[in-house]
Amino acid sequence: MPFSCQKAIVVGASSGMGAAFARELAARGATVALVARRKDELDKVRAAIDTAWGEGRARAYVHDVTSYEDTASLFAAIVSDLDGLDLICYAAGTMADIGPDEFDSAKDKPVVEVNLLGAIAWLNPAAKLFQDQRRGTIVGIGSIAGDRGRRAYPSYHAAKAGLATFLESLRNRLSQHGVNVTTIKPGFIDTAMTRGMSGLFWLRTADEAARMIWKAVSKRRSTSYVPARWRIVSWVIRAIPSVIFRRLSI
Amino acid sequence: MTTSETMAEPMGLKDIAAELGHVPSTVYGWGLSTHSESVVVRPTSVAELSRLFQKAREKRITIGMRGSGCSYGDASQNGGGILLDFSEFANIRSFDADNGIIVVEPGVTLEMVWRRVIAAGWWPPVVSGTMYPSLGGLLAANIHGKNNWRAGTIGEHVESFRFLDMNGEELHCSRHENSELFHAAIGSFGMLGCFTEITLKLKKVHSGYLDVERISVPSLPHMIAYLEENKDAYDYLVGWIDCFPAGKHLGRGLIHVANHLPQGADEDPGSGLSPAAQDLPAYLFGVLPKSWMWWFLKPFVNDTGMRLVNAVKYLTGTLGQTRGTPHREGHAAFAFLLDYVPDWKKSYGTGGLIQYQTFIPKANASAVHCHLLGMCHRAGLIPYLGVYKRHRPDPFLLTHAVDGFSFAMDFRVTEENRERLWELTHRMDEEVVEAGGRLYFAKDATTLSTTVRRIWPKETLDKFFELKRKHDPEALLQTNLARRVFPDITS
Repeated sequence: MPFSCQKAIVVGASSGMGAAFARELAARGATVALVARRKDELDKVRAAIDTAWGEGRARAYVHDVTSYEDTASLFAAIVSDLDGLDLICYAAGTMADIGPDEFDSAKDKPVVEVNLLGAIAWLNPAAKLFQDQRRGTIVGIGSIAGDRGRRAYPSYHAAKAGLATFLESLRNRLSQHGVNVTTIKPGFIDTAMTRGMSGLFWLRTADEAARMIWKAVSKRRSTSYVPARWRIVSWVIRAIPSVIFRRLSI
Repeated sequence: MTTSETMAEPMGLKDIAAELGHVPSTVYGWGLSTHSESVVVRPTSVAELSRLFQKAREKRITIGMRGSGCSYGDASQNGGGILLDFSEFANIRSFDADNGIIVVEPGVTLEMVWRRVIAAGWWPPVVSGTMYPSLGGLLAANIHGKNNWRAGTIGEHVESFRFLDMNGEELHCSRHENSELFHAAIGSFGMLGCFTEITLKLKKVHSGYLDVERISVPSLPHMIAYLEENKDAYDYLVGWIDCFPAGKHLGRGLIHVANHLPQGADEDPGSGLSPAAQDLPAYLFGVLPKSWMWWFLKPFVNDTGMRLVNAVKYLTGTLGQTRGTPHREGHAAFAFLLDYVPDWKKSYGTGGLIQYQTFIPKANASAVHCHLLGMCHRAGLIPYLGVYKRHRPDPFLLTHAVDGFSFAMDFRVTEENRERLWELTHRMDEEVVEAGGRLYFAKDATTLSTTVRRIWPKETLDKFFELKRKHDPEALLQTNLARRVFPDITS
């Protein structure tokens, strides 16, 4: 059966890949609930989608993903507003500015809260709904950074690895119920998170990444690197023995 | 007894030429798709203008106005009458470098303005895609630029002007003095009188360069989404559209956005703030004189060639997009893209081209503009160039602007397609009317009077006609455009 999506939620939709994927979903015919913390940015994305693809094609919900106690009720309200749900994408993410010799739990905490705990809070009720209705798609925006614990951002690598593992568990639970779970592992994408970083290559725009994400989701892929060539990089990095990897400045 | 009944019969062109001591000449619209015979007169002073107006009233001769002749269609032609060419009424009367106020005669061009003011750190607040239009023409059309959303039309930056009407009265107009005429004359395409002096407020710039980004988008709705979401983040936004693909890539294109540099961002502002630094390159690709370029383009200006040119431009632009990593580009290089290939209109062949530009309110823009492009595809008349912009309303009487988007389409005109093309634009006009949209006289060559009467509210047109009767009682200020769209008040 060809893939289609009429009703979707994108968490972390105010900028970057979340906003771009929300636009892509709207372009593909979906009505999209946009969830994010920054109201002004969120309203801009909503207005842009409504202008481009028709009034009412996007709805904005202001929410901080670390307000876990509100998540279940907001999720239910959105599903009610949309009158159902076909797809949820968790795209909220943050990265702490941590120096090479710095170990700071206060900086690490929000990284884990936003990248991992927020995802669990949002995707659990979605998983339950999709299991019950025996259809649906869960998309998690992970990162190639979760494939190996590099020196650079320990908590970020850990959170993205945790997200990938959480998504894998959901996939193993839900595939028998007709629910698809796709883990997206982007390489370097031109977003606010990467601006100003040095040494970036194969840089893709968020819109290009969004089109690749749509392609992966519509083909019901389990894990997809964006762009695909990062799968080879990941394979090489994962193949490096730990005793050598710890000596590499990557 | 009416005024016209007391006057002589209209004079023929030869008689007018003899009366004025000139010979008739053929005058083309910029797009070369329209032309007519007029007696062209080049006044140099207000006194000379007054005498011409007086003679026109005595002899019942129609008068049209022409700045640099950059209107695509017939807005600056007056077949069978006098055509005032302002190219010699073109002095910069004063420039206040401290406050950025320039006072010019109507024939002064944008090029003359920016060359005069840039060294002092100023730039024209609104510019067209070419630097050659005159200020008088720009005001008559109330042009917009790539910064329309941010800066509005040129009229919004005019402090005041002096205005000679057909009664021979020279009026000073500003937002506070003769305010009604101020807001009506700007955008009146020469139907109420003649600008004789224009005072313009310039834009302060702290560098000769802009921070420019290029973004590729896969469809027209994606372009609209980007422009809408980012309209407040940039000083300039403009989209180029490859009009050839259909289906999911309908309206794919490239967006150019730019911001002025804040004070201090340019470590050596003096190097860019000079006319020499802003000059466009004389050679393309380092070797090809740009004045020859239109000739090299000529073999490509057909459906097959332009499909290829557009595809290559889109693909190279997509590979070279610079979203998030701006590069520096000179003001002139960014603003005056049309001047990179002088006389590019000639590459369209003897039939020339028309530009058809529609302005649609934002709620319907995506659906309507996609539909219009689809109509072009179904008619087999695909624009060779498409340009997309975000607009905002302005306070001028005959404004073309809406809170929405404009889509400008360039069509090649040939003997074979001319009738079908005009018919297509009339059908597209219907869609524009239904959507509450507007058309733009500076570009227009095809619109019917019945369409115009449905686009602008009756009270707006009545107000305009009332001012026309007041300032031009015999309705002698005419152009080919005016006779086409307002036959009632020019007959």
